Amino acid sequence: MTGERNVRRLALASALAAALLWLFPYAWMLLTSLKTPQELLKAPTALPGAFRLSAYVEVFQSLPVARYVALTTVMALTIAALQIAIALPAAYALAKLDFRWRAAAFAFLLSALLIPAELRFVPTFTLFSALGLVNTLPALVLPFAVSAFGIFLLRQALLVIPDSLIEAARLDGASELYIVYRLLPPILAPALAAFFLVSFVHHWNDYFWPLVMTVDDRVRTLPLGIALLREQGSGVRWHIIMAGSTLLSLPALGLFAFTQKYLLRGLGSGVG
Amino acid sequence: MKPSRPSQPFWLLSPMLVALGVFFVYPLLSALRTSFYEWDLLTPARFIGLANYRAISSSGELLSSLCTTLLVSSIVVAGSLLLGLGLALAVHRPGRLAALARSAVFSAYVVSWVSVGLLFLWIFDADAGVVNQLLGSIGIAKVKWLTSTAVAPITVALIVLWKVTGYAMVVFLSGLSGLPPEMHEAAALDGAGPWARLRHVTLPLLRPTAAFVATTSLIASFQLFDVVRLLTQGGPVRSTTVLVYAIYEQLFRDLRVGRASALVVVFFVVLSALTWLKLRAFREEEPA
Repeated sequence: MTGERNVRRLALASALAAALLWLFPYAWMLLTSLKTPQELLKAPTALPGAFRLSAYVEVFQSLPVARYVALTTVMALTIAALQIAIALPAAYALAKLDFRWRAAAFAFLLSALLIPAELRFVPTFTLFSALGLVNTLPALVLPFAVSAFGIFLLRQALLVIPDSLIEAARLDGASELYIVYRLLPPILAPALAAFFLVSFVHHWNDYFWPLVMTVDDRVRTLPLGIALLREQGSGVRWHIIMAGSTLLSLPALGLFAFTQKYLLRGLGSGVG
Repeated sequence: MKPSRPSQPFWLLSPMLVALGVFFVYPLLSALRTSFYEWDLLTPARFIGLANYRAISSSGELLSSLCTTLLVSSIVVAGSLLLGLGLALAVHRPGRLAALARSAVFSAYVVSWVSVGLLFLWIFDADAGVVNQLLGSIGIAKVKWLTSTAVAPITVALIVLWKVTGYAMVVFLSGLSGLPPEMHEAAALDGAGPWARLRHVTLPLLRPTAAFVATTSLIASFQLFDVVRLLTQGGPVRSTTVLVYAIYEQLFRDLRVGRASALVVVFFVVLSALTWLKLRAFREEEPA
């Protein structure tokens, strides 16, 4: 049938066009980062004359990259750890225990999904500035201690785990804390991995919250630092800015390449 | 299951309840209260009733930032629906090219806004940017992608589209995988060609997925900030000042906490209305 063959051709052509349209900007970022200012001035769209990493060296010279990376990693890991520590008992109670106001507690949790950080930052900023917490790590971490998305994700995963498993552990004398933090995590591993990855990548990349909660270099994160490259110095600096962008996007892209399946499961669960 | 002690659920939920109270409920109530005050963070706050709301509406700030947000989000919503669906249909098949396209399109969703913002700042640079250079080489005049009030909001929307289409595509792909294959086979046996099957079988079945994508990208595009801050700082002449950017400026540029809070309250009302829309879209047709 020619109709079927045409459809197949159209699909392949669209896939090719999409791959080019989405990969070209990355290629451009990489190519620009290998150029010299002279090359950029003379012919901005020509290929770089040689493979050189001097723009990357300049990024490391003009910014404390190692410190930014360390701080951003600590922040994102702390957020993910806190979210999981709070989400496990909450998801267990919401999925497995019968109590009178369970539906109300769950509705309360879901309503938090409608309140993004962009709605919370003005009062949180004034609260933290009254407490002297602006420009500290707690200001970057605490407002994200609870993830409604994560609790929802774990609750869904817990619903399909048979009660008998938990009852058997109780008969063996296991405490509820043991059940929540020891028994359940290995069983919930796929959901926890998806939750961790989505949370880590999101907060590692985040620009908005660190921007409004920091005033100087003390707790500046990597995205903020890289964004500063645009404001520093003078003359043609696109090669340096693109080197910074490449450095910033590599960890997220690398994590994505190796954990695509889990990430997609986390994001495809419908509440992202 | 029965809790082992009656107080058990409360203890298990208490960390979540405390965090939700301090970082979700308190900020909203506090914004509502502060919206009735004049406050610059330095001198004591002064109660002024509804004056903040009057100020943001009579200055046109509220209307213009809402309209800008709507303009950008209508492009993002329509674009992510069409592109997301089209790409999902194209790459919903085995093969290396389809797999490459799936990963490439979705990867943009995983990369930091800062990288994406700086990258497109360079690509759309008026003089040395690759887009204008290519246009120039085929004799088309340079476009002021980010410095014209008419074009800048559209450029911003296109960049957002590049970043978020991968998410829409993934949702459509999971919708496509959920469709019963028998229906396609039956339609094919009845002699329906590929286009007829798409129109009469696939698209109607994907309606709930489309409703989900549309409302999700609508809500997400109302939260836009990063790309505006990185590319245009709200300009030229406020043409890209979206709602969140307007709130940010009131607080950090003008130190007007009261007006920022009034905008937050309006923003919350708009988001709640949009979410209600989302829930309704869901209830009408339960997605697969």
